[in-house]
Amino acid sequence: MDARSEEFLAYIQSGGQVEAGDWMPDEYRQKLVKFIEMHGNSELMGVLPEREWILKAPTLQRKLALTAKVQDEVGHAQLIYRVVEDLGKPRDACLADLVSGKAKFHNVFHYPTLSWGDVGVIAWLVDAAAIISQKALLKCSYAPYARIMKKICWEESFHILHGRDVVLAMMTGTDAQRELVQEALTRWWPPLMQFHGNPIPRDEDPMYVWRIKSQGNEEARQQFLDGYVSQIWELGLTVPDRALRRRDDGVWEYTEPDWDELKSVVTGHGPRSQERLAFRRRLLDQEEWVREAVLAA
Amino acid sequence: MPALPAPERMIYEVFRQEKKGQPFQHAGSLIAPDAAFAEAWAREQYGRRGESAALWLVPRDAVHEVVDWADEFDLKYRRVDGYSIKARLLEARQRASDNYSEETGASAA
Repeated sequence: MDARSEEFLAYIQSGGQVEAGDWMPDEYRQKLVKFIEMHGNSELMGVLPEREWILKAPTLQRKLALTAKVQDEVGHAQLIYRVVEDLGKPRDACLADLVSGKAKFHNVFHYPTLSWGDVGVIAWLVDAAAIISQKALLKCSYAPYARIMKKICWEESFHILHGRDVVLAMMTGTDAQRELVQEALTRWWPPLMQFHGNPIPRDEDPMYVWRIKSQGNEEARQQFLDGYVSQIWELGLTVPDRALRRRDDGVWEYTEPDWDELKSVVTGHGPRSQERLAFRRRLLDQEEWVREAVLAA
Repeated sequence: MPALPAPERMIYEVFRQEKKGQPFQHAGSLIAPDAAFAEAWAREQYGRRGESAALWLVPRDAVHEVVDWADEFDLKYRRVDGYSIKARLLEARQRASDNYSEETGASAA
């Protein structure tokens, strides 16, 4: 690494932040684009599992709330792609790489949404896991990304409440409703445990080294377990992991997540990966005229 | 179909004010073909929950940025950390006390 890059690295490692127009090493720029683009893709693909339930939501209020959540997530994608554009990768290229399967999106959005119980568990626990990652981005060394994260985290907090409310409504309902939530939790637990990634030490994680993330993967997962396991247990739900326990020193033990499954899923081999990408590809074609009309206004 | 005219895309920086009287803070940016679309986007992104009292949309090209903070003339006299009075104050106090002793003949001990 040349002297200027060394100096840059030392600056961001001591808490310094940079703006869009500032000089930055190419390696840093590439890492930023990769990380932020995947975040944008995840927001955009993340609405598909929930979108399927807008027409099937049990009440008008739930339908409106779910629609609002979908709008929020698409809005996040737009904010995030804007940041990527400033770093040099056009939005068209991001979308092309997404639908061709070249770019990745988060593992949890490759799975089916089988029941309304899944909708509640996704909004509550998937969003909870996501907000832990996103809060750690408020300190990102790339300041324009850190700034939009404020708004994103603020909106995610509504989603968690919405999800918890959906879950609570079902848990205070019939046995059949409680069963739907339990089934959904059992389905979603393994992907949730994989969500924050393998426990690579943070100083070996390039995203931490460049201070794009401000915490390591395992720290994020421990924070998730610390915050949410007791909330799950208090509702009488069972977490499908017999090894799960909090040690006296506060560290959570759990069964090793299936990292091969994570790798296979995020490379497009999840149960719904291809179907969702095909859907996104079709929409991209169908709506081309809208983009053209708007940009030519 | 005739080719559409080349789209004019403008980047607008968005500044939002959370409550009246508070400073405007940079919130993000957006791309729009004109100010009317920029306003529509900005209202959706930064105002749909009533979270902003006001928004400023500024074309990025209109921002004149000042980045060079050269200090050839050593302008530290404009700052509080540009003054070190401790040593001088000690000296001044000492002199005052010496003068007082001389005038009154009092012993400095």
